[in-house]
Amino acid sequence: MSLDKNILEYPKRKYGMDHDRYDWSMLTDRPKVIWPENKKLALWVNVCVQFFPINQKGKPFIPSGGLTMPYPDLRHYSLREYGNRVGIYRFLKSFDEYSIKPTFALNTRVAERYPYLIDLLKERGDEILCHGLHMDALHYGGQDIDEEREQVNRSLDKLRELSGQDVIGWISPDRSESENTPELLVENDVKYFCDWVNDDMPYQFKTKNGELVAMPLSQELEDSFILLNNKHTEDSYVEQICDACDFLIDEAEEQGGRILSLNIHPWMLGQPHRIGKLEKVLEYVSSKSEVWSASASEILNEYSRSADS
Amino acid sequence: MKEDPQLFDYWPYENRPKIEWPNGAKVAFWVAPNIEFYEIDPPLNPHRKPWPRSNPYVAGYSIRDYGNRVGHMRQMRLLDKYNIRGSISLSAALCEHHPEIIEMCLERNWEFFSHGIYNTRYTYGLSEDQEREMILDAFSTIEKHTGKPPAGYLAPALSHSPHTLDLFAEAGGIYTCDLFHDDQPTPVNVRDGSKFVSVPYSLEMNDTIAYVVNKIEPRYYGKIMRENFDRLYKEGADSGTVMCIPTHNYQISCPHRIRAFEETLEYITGHSDVWVTTGKEIADYYIENYYDSSREDIHRKSGDAL
Repeated sequence: MSLDKNILEYPKRKYGMDHDRYDWSMLTDRPKVIWPENKKLALWVNVCVQFFPINQKGKPFIPSGGLTMPYPDLRHYSLREYGNRVGIYRFLKSFDEYSIKPTFALNTRVAERYPYLIDLLKERGDEILCHGLHMDALHYGGQDIDEEREQVNRSLDKLRELSGQDVIGWISPDRSESENTPELLVENDVKYFCDWVNDDMPYQFKTKNGELVAMPLSQELEDSFILLNNKHTEDSYVEQICDACDFLIDEAEEQGGRILSLNIHPWMLGQPHRIGKLEKVLEYVSSKSEVWSASASEILNEYSRSADS
Repeated sequence: MKEDPQLFDYWPYENRPKIEWPNGAKVAFWVAPNIEFYEIDPPLNPHRKPWPRSNPYVAGYSIRDYGNRVGHMRQMRLLDKYNIRGSISLSAALCEHHPEIIEMCLERNWEFFSHGIYNTRYTYGLSEDQEREMILDAFSTIEKHTGKPPAGYLAPALSHSPHTLDLFAEAGGIYTCDLFHDDQPTPVNVRDGSKFVSVPYSLEMNDTIAYVVNKIEPRYYGKIMRENFDRLYKEGADSGTVMCIPTHNYQISCPHRIRAFEETLEYITGHSDVWVTTGKEIADYYIENYYDSSREDIHRKSGDAL
C-alpha cells in the first residue's frame, strides 16, 4: 500500500502563504490604526437579510440556515421569512434606541421582493452591501465562470438600481467562493468583501483584475454560529460578545484601533426571546466611551485614511 | 489488523510506584500550542478529505490562518505573563512559511515537537517507506530551523498507521502525544526496544475538541479545565500526575475566548506544587527516574492475561 508520490511533494513550501491572494503579515507588525476622535473600537453591526427559496436546489451544498426537510419545507422557509417580516423591524427599533449605525447585507432577491423594506432602508440611509442573489445561489469551487459572472453581475446591478446606492461591499451567500469570485467582484466595481476570516483588521487582497479589501467580519461571533451551530445559550452569546468587546478595547489601547464585528440575522436574534439579548449586547457595547459605531465603508475609509497618514 | 495496537499494557492506576516530580510538585503542567499550517489546495489523500467543500474552502482555511496572523501573539503574550514555555506541536513546513513565529519561540526557549509537515498531509495510506520519509523530513526541517531535532510526536491531524510510533522512535524520538490512555507517563512498546514513552496530552482539554467537537461555551471550558486541574492536583500528592492544555491559536486566542484561558493559567500557576514544564522535560525526567521501575511494575501486574 502506498500513495502517489505527489502526496510527499510540496511545491508551495516556501516563505509566506501557499497562494498569491495576499501577503503574509502578522497583525502586530502593522502600523497602529487611529479611529476618529481616537476611539479604540469600531463597532460594525452587520445585518444579513436573507431569502431562502422554498424550491431550494441545495447545489452543491445546503447553506447554513438553509432548508433541511423534504419539499415544501414550510417550517424553515417561514421561520427565515419571519426575520424579514418581524425580526428586522425589532432590530431597527433596537438600533435606534442605542444609537447604533447598522450595515445591511441584502440578498438581492430581498430587495426585489420587498419594496417596502428596501424603501425603508433607503430612507434611513444605512449602508447596503450585496449578499449575492439569494441563499440558494451559491458560489463554489469549480463553478462555471460564466454562470458565476451572471450571478454576480445580476445581483449587483439590480441591488444598485433598487437601493440607489453604489453598493461597494460584498458577502457571498454562506461566505462560499469559487476560485474566481474575487476577480468577478473587482470586475463589478466591488471595493471590499467580507468572506475571509483570517484577520481582525482590513487587509489588501489581490486579484487578477486589481485589489480588493478583505474586511474582517467575524464568523466566530456570528449569532447563528454561536446559537445554531454551537448551540450555546442566549446568555452565553451576550457573555461572549461582551468578553470580546472588553478584550479588543484592552488590546486597542496598546496596539491601535480594533474592530468588533457582529454579524447578525433577523431570523435568529429577531425572535421575541432573543431580541432582549441583542439589546443587552448593544447596551453594553454602546455604553463604552471607547466605542465608535460605524458602517462597514466608514470603517474602511477611516482605516485607509489612517494607513495612508 | 489486531484487536489491540499493542502499544501499551494494561496497568491499573491504583498502587503504582509514586512519581515524585522535581521540588515535590504534585502535577507536571504543560501547555502545548499547536502551530499549524493547513494548505489551501493539498493533493488529495483518498482516505480523508482536507476540507468539507470544494476548494477554496474559505471558512476553514482562513480561520486557521487567523491563528498565525492574529492569534499567535495573543497566546505567546499570555504564556510569557505566566512564565510558561510552550511545547509547540509544529507543522514543520511552518518553519519555511512563517519563520518569524519560529524565531520568537526560539528566543523564549520553547520546545518544538513534530506534528508532521502540514496538517493537511495525513499518514493514512502511506507505505512504511513513505511515512518514514515524512517523519524524517519533519525531523530534519525542525532541526535545521531550531537547532534541535524534535523529541516528541503528535501525528499530523492525529492520523496514524500501525507503524507510526515505531518509525518515530527509530528516527530518534522519545515521546508521543498520540495516546490518551493515562494521566501519568507510561512506557510505550516500540519495535526497536528503545525507552519510548507516552506523555499525557489531553484530548478532553484540547481547545479544538472542546470548542468544535463538544461545542462548549468559552467560560465553561475555563471551568472544566480548572476542575480537571483540581483533581489531578489532589491525586498528584499520592501518584504524580500530568496535566496538559493543548491549544490552537485560532481557537483559544479569539477575543471571546482568551479570557477563559487566561483565568485558567492564572489559577493553575497560582498553586505552589505545580511543575510548569514542557513535554520533553517530562519525558526525560520520567525516563531517567521511573521508566525501568514502571516496566517492572507493569510486568508484575500483567498477571496471566490471555
